[in-house]
Amino acid sequence: MQDKQHIILLFLSMFILISFVGFFQSWNLALTIFNLCIISSIMSLGINIQWGNAGIVNFGVMGFAALGGLANIIVSMPPTAKAWDAGAIFIPFGIIIFIISIISSILVWLKSGLSTKKKYIINFFLIILGYFLMRYIIDPPIKAIEAIDPAKTGYLGGLALPVIISWPIGGLLAALIAYFIGKISLGLRSDYLAIATLGISEIIIYILKNEDWLSRGVKNVNGLPRPVPYEIDLQSEPWVLELTKFFNIPVSEISSIIVKLSYSCIFLVILIGILLLLEIAQKSPWGRMMRAIRDNEVSANAMGKDIKTRHLQVFIIGSAIIGIAGAMLTTLDGQFTPVTYQPLRFTFLIWIMVIIGGSGNNYGSIIGGFLIWFFWVQSEPLGLWFISQITSHISDTNIIKSHLLENAAHIRLMFMGTILLITLRFAPKGLIPEVKR
Amino acid sequence: MYLLHGKNITCGYDTVDILTECTVGVKKGEIASIVGPNGAGKSTAMKSIFGLLKIRLGKIFLDNEDITNLLPQERVLKGMGYVPQTNNIFPTLSVQENLEMGAFIQHEDFSDILDYVYDLFPVLKEKRNQQAGELSGGQRQQVAVGRALMTKPKVLMLDEPSAGVSPIVMESLFQKIVEIAQQGTAVLMVEQNAKQALEISDLGFVLNQGRNLYTDTGKALLLNKDVRQAFLGG
Amino acid sequence: MEILNSFILIANYIIIPGLTYGSQLALGALGITIVYTVLRFSNFAHGEFMSFGTMSTILLTWVFIDSNIKFGTFPTAIIVLPLSIIFTIIYCLLIDKFVFKFYRQQKSKSVIALIVSIGVMFFTGGLIRFIIGPGDKNFMDGERFILKAKDFKMLTGLNEGLTIKSTQGVTIILSIILVILLFWFLNKTKTGKSMRAYSDNQELALLSGINPERIVLITWIITGTLACVAGTLYGLDKSYKPFTYLHLVLPIFAAAIVGGVGNPIGAIIGGFVISFSELLITFAYKKFFFYILPDNFLPDGLLQILSTDYKIAVSFIILVLVLLIKPTGIYKGKIIE
Repeated sequence: MQDKQHIILLFLSMFILISFVGFFQSWNLALTIFNLCIISSIMSLGINIQWGNAGIVNFGVMGFAALGGLANIIVSMPPTAKAWDAGAIFIPFGIIIFIISIISSILVWLKSGLSTKKKYIINFFLIILGYFLMRYIIDPPIKAIEAIDPAKTGYLGGLALPVIISWPIGGLLAALIAYFIGKISLGLRSDYLAIATLGISEIIIYILKNEDWLSRGVKNVNGLPRPVPYEIDLQSEPWVLELTKFFNIPVSEISSIIVKLSYSCIFLVILIGILLLLEIAQKSPWGRMMRAIRDNEVSANAMGKDIKTRHLQVFIIGSAIIGIAGAMLTTLDGQFTPVTYQPLRFTFLIWIMVIIGGSGNNYGSIIGGFLIWFFWVQSEPLGLWFISQITSHISDTNIIKSHLLENAAHIRLMFMGTILLITLRFAPKGLIPEVKR
Repeated sequence: MYLLHGKNITCGYDTVDILTECTVGVKKGEIASIVGPNGAGKSTAMKSIFGLLKIRLGKIFLDNEDITNLLPQERVLKGMGYVPQTNNIFPTLSVQENLEMGAFIQHEDFSDILDYVYDLFPVLKEKRNQQAGELSGGQRQQVAVGRALMTKPKVLMLDEPSAGVSPIVMESLFQKIVEIAQQGTAVLMVEQNAKQALEISDLGFVLNQGRNLYTDTGKALLLNKDVRQAFLGG
Repeated sequence: MEILNSFILIANYIIIPGLTYGSQLALGALGITIVYTVLRFSNFAHGEFMSFGTMSTILLTWVFIDSNIKFGTFPTAIIVLPLSIIFTIIYCLLIDKFVFKFYRQQKSKSVIALIVSIGVMFFTGGLIRFIIGPGDKNFMDGERFILKAKDFKMLTGLNEGLTIKSTQGVTIILSIILVILLFWFLNKTKTGKSMRAYSDNQELALLSGINPERIVLITWIITGTLACVAGTLYGLDKSYKPFTYLHLVLPIFAAAIVGGVGNPIGAIIGGFVISFSELLITFAYKKFFFYILPDNFLPDGLLQILSTDYKIAVSFIILVLVLLIKPTGIYKGKIIE
């Protein structure tokens, strides 16, 4: 009972914190923060099921979130008609050839009885051959596609389906990639796994940044369709105008609040849905076994439980959840911008959320997601306020003061680092500790 | 009179006592062996005497001096050498560096002891620039014993020196142990191969379930019918 | 003549930049390897330690230039290096005292220490941006070139020019000096040997009377020195921006792991493997073949394996490949559970 009160109290305080923003800054900002809090929470849930339940260190959040973003393009953007005339069909064909060369080299590695040296040489040539064959096939169509009206398209485009479909597709895409990553790297020790997943996620971002035919690269994809109405359409609706009169605030603001509120509702439904599924999973024998493996890998292994398969399952599920959240984020932004994917913001910040919320507790991850995102956004104005307070007696023309004020925004990195360190030191179980079941 | 004397030791992990009023010791220039079945508390006795494990009751004396409350490093300074059963070398250091680390706390010139160790184990001199981790099991044990000898200990404590080496290697290792004792260093060891150990021992302690069962000379224990039947396989 | 031209081309675009970048990576990887073997965790904050060292160098350089202290055409940054090394060491020691020490005493799992190092990374990154700002800083002064392309062409009469920037020369020479010093320390001095002994077998080191706190102190002194020098050299050569140092951590980890974590020689080899693969894979060979092939054999295109946009990604690809095929690296490293 105590625990439940504790959780309710924490969520209530979080709600009050966000309301403060509504009252003192603006409701628009409050809702923006709230929506991103929900997305952060979902990403934290994805990491929590991996780290909290199975002890898997996944530093690839950024990559999976970006794959979710890519799903937005593939699902919702209109296809570039001329791209298919330019020979787009050859691209998957070329990629398949490269994949075949990789698979056959893996087969040579595992099945053939040759000496290691011979295997290295054969595999080297197999992969080089596959690679150049692929390049030979896909380079001309890629060049042609990227030449099609590069200011507007220059890429394949998508399937022109409703954007909301991209969320589950984003999850599936992330799950598919997670399957391959997990298959090859889950046997590694935890810190190698951390570095490997971080490296792979960087590779994913590099591909999205540079393969213009797929994602337009650094030219970004703008104007993604929305699952909710546009502000401009709302502004002419009679009921919106009536609300404007009732609350006595400008129509532009009320329409934007309505849009954000609709996002909030959809996001909340998804968050609660994922939370419930995870809670059920954790209470099931599957979840118990997972924790048994985490707490005592050796004896669980001796009992004949297939650790590798279990770890792979949990890695795929967690990554899929991050993929869904990544897709939602891109939809909310309305654009896909590969350069914004930074490990600090996407990977490490999410990890801070999970640790501070409480590893192994889903409610903890949610509160961690809310709290950390809130402070990530708000510590910028807070830092500015703090610096101007302590320097208030110094004259405005002072170089040191202006320098401090200029760089005050960076206090938030220090702040995040400090609360992570304090939590790890003094409350390593986090705000809502794992429930011993 | 014992040089190293663990008197009525009671100790264990958490609340469970592994040893109960157990007494072991070794005299100057002699070899003493602690033998007994698995789980008898042999290694625990070694660890508690060296100070790696806190004892609840009893006292430990070295040369009539009470050393019960000293840290392991301080016991090394007092003249005790200890060779753990596993992880008893520095694998990526060369053989010579391993020996030097044994003499780490000695600030004076230790070249004479180094010569002594190399005389005792000529193969180590031959391989002194090789990484210790690359040596064979028996050679590694020699490095471990040599490392412990580098402080010129009065007492050398060996925890299962023959673990993981072949019978032939074991025999030559035991030969070296006899040589060490003849040079005046007391040797207290724990052994799984009770028979071979008792053959070279002046004194033997048979432990069972953390208690002294028999204490006698090595020869006498080997002749004791009960001991033979229960612990030496007939 | 054509062969010579093609060789100069390769030297100019691959060998000299590769040696420079490789040295910088190697120094960084040595820092990571030493913390990994002695203190037993993967230090994600190492990039920020490098950044901290570079920031100290820049601030001191400004102070020296403002006070008109000059040393001919020699870069001021190198002159102030000893001072900024001291600052970096002090910072590392403070962080150890207030952060890492606790987890060492608790004997926490290495993955916990890894997460702790991420906290340190955030904190240090913020501190640096707070002090010096996030912008680009160029702090190279003095003579820019040891050898200019124009002079080289005049001297040799070749078509291709060879350029050696002062920063490249300084990087390579300083790295060689530092590495020789480090290996001398580790292999020849009593303290260095005891440090290796401690990383090999902590328990036995304690029994041998090696003082762990002293080992930790020396570890941070070495790490701070390596981080400061590596960071400063990288900043001198490219330019200093706090943001890039966060991204430098991964190529450095790649270098350490490719060479075999825990093995200092491996870290150096790893640094050069990474730097040369990046350059070799993203180099456009068209001009090279232009010199050595007859005209009608010359194929179209740039003859590039991967576009230069993927330069840094190459290091990640190698990292992932090594982790999958041979996690112990080229030189067998230590695996710490």
